[in-house]
Amino acid sequence: MDPVIELDGLEVRFGQRVILKKLKAALTGRSVGLLGPNGAGKSTLINTLLGFHKPSAGTARILGRDVRTQAREVRSLVGYMPENDAYISSMTGVHMVRMMAELAGLPREHAIERAHEAFFYVGLGEVRYRAIGTYSLGMKQAAKLAQAIAHGPKVLFLDEPTNGLDPPARTRMIQLIQEIRDRGDLHILLSSHLLHDVEDCCDQVLILKDGNVAAFCNLEEERRANRRFLELETRGGNNGDFLAAVVKLGCETAPGVQGRIKLVMPEGLDVRQLYEIAAGQNVQIRRLNHKRDSLEDIFLKAMENPDGRL
Amino acid sequence: MAVYKKTYRPYEGELTPSWSRFLVIPRYAFEELHGKRFLTIFFLASFIYPLICALIIYVQHNASALSLLGVQQGARNLISINVTFFMSLLGWQSMLALFMASFIGPGLVSPDLSNNALSLYLARPFSRVEYVIGKMSVLAILMSLMTWIPGLLCFGLQGYLEGWQWMRDNARLASGVFFGAWVWILVLALLALALSAWVKWKPAAGGLMFGVFFVGSAFGAVINGVQRTRWGNLFNIGHLIGVVWVQLFEGSKQTTNGAVFFRAAQDEVLPLWTCWAALCVLGLICLYMLARKIRGAEVVR
Repeated sequence: MDPVIELDGLEVRFGQRVILKKLKAALTGRSVGLLGPNGAGKSTLINTLLGFHKPSAGTARILGRDVRTQAREVRSLVGYMPENDAYISSMTGVHMVRMMAELAGLPREHAIERAHEAFFYVGLGEVRYRAIGTYSLGMKQAAKLAQAIAHGPKVLFLDEPTNGLDPPARTRMIQLIQEIRDRGDLHILLSSHLLHDVEDCCDQVLILKDGNVAAFCNLEEERRANRRFLELETRGGNNGDFLAAVVKLGCETAPGVQGRIKLVMPEGLDVRQLYEIAAGQNVQIRRLNHKRDSLEDIFLKAMENPDGRL
Repeated sequence: MAVYKKTYRPYEGELTPSWSRFLVIPRYAFEELHGKRFLTIFFLASFIYPLICALIIYVQHNASALSLLGVQQGARNLISINVTFFMSLLGWQSMLALFMASFIGPGLVSPDLSNNALSLYLARPFSRVEYVIGKMSVLAILMSLMTWIPGLLCFGLQGYLEGWQWMRDNARLASGVFFGAWVWILVLALLALALSAWVKWKPAAGGLMFGVFFVGSAFGAVINGVQRTRWGNLFNIGHLIGVVWVQLFEGSKQTTNGAVFFRAAQDEVLPLWTCWAALCVLGLICLYMLARKIRGAEVVR
């Protein structure tokens, strides 16, 4: 599959400070999460992809277009929802979105139509004629999303889209992003430091740390790989015999303290068989959880220093 | 049922040519300015002087009007339609343009900067240069309507009434009005945008526009007085523009020393090239100030 975003030794410096250090990655997912602690370089990466910062070495490509030499073409493919408040306070919401669509190249009549559509889509239909400076924070976030999608981009950059939102507004924003993703018309690059947002919306994750790629994983594959991973808590009987019997069934096991066992079951094995073996060995299974490495585990692993500290 | 579809759909339609997109900015700006009553009245009032000029030209060529006014045919040249007439027209109109630029200019860039709207503009296939040209064109269009367009209309009226020969003999007046106005428009527009980009408080930015013009000339006069020199006029934009206008209107056969508000005292006239150089330096400083501020993202080094 052709990468949506390809980072080819991308380096960005501000003066003497190296912000992005020779990043290399090929992002192919429908929706890619960009994770990292504050100052990791997430926003700088997005700004560089938009052509706001010039790479000091290497380059990046979006849908095959080089951000160094084809910046204008790149920007014609992209919709951008910035992290901070960004609006024209004297304009009404729909007026601003219409102007932005026209600046992206839409003829006036199409821009009007799509600005209204985008406003209804993000749930601001009723307030579209109000000055955008009077909007609440949640409304401003939604208006930013509206201006990012009004011109029908191929790639959507969302920089901290749920920043400052209350739980219902956050849920609504996540639903909108999921809807846009599931329609399959465009690719999403979502930058956030909120793991849940990324987990809910993305199928690939690029984790940055100090300007380096700390981890790059496909969440879908991780989810599939961890589907048969169980955590048991047992009581009574001889745990050793139980473990030996489970291994005979083809399970990989890792005993823990206080009767806890982690095991990966082979394909075709049913959980019921574990209960039958346990009953035969006079072992009680007090708790059984289907576990998978959460994004939090992946993130924390990526953030670990060589000495094991965070 | 909602009129609009509540769904996302990609756009597959035609696009406007990229060269024309900067014109979106003045179109929206004019829609906004149209709602401001004071500016609309001021703009309309700025046509009073050109209308009076047109009336003078008409009356000068209308024998019955002259006899009604009791003026003999020989006194037709009571007000001569010559270089002073057109330079005065340009001088008055240019001063009104300064007021207009002071009212409108500060609101062009500073709101975009204070509300981070630049990242929205520049995340589109729309460059920083196009942004600046778009914002400049708001001022350039308005100031053109106030300066060289009425000037050329008056020239056309005079030429129509006086005859083709007059137009040919005085073609330099038309080019002087046109190019002289554009020099002033470019200086004003760049200055207004640069101050708007650096001074976020609109009244302060508007005040600074006047400051650069009037305080600059006062500062120049002080330097001239203290140092017994004429080089203080380098800080006097009115002087610089006046010298350039005289050159544009009259070439080497100079009979005037500038226009109202843009006059150079006879014994203090700076060499023409220094005036051009000073205006270019001012323009470059403004461009540098704009380049520092007009960015999609602020860089913290």
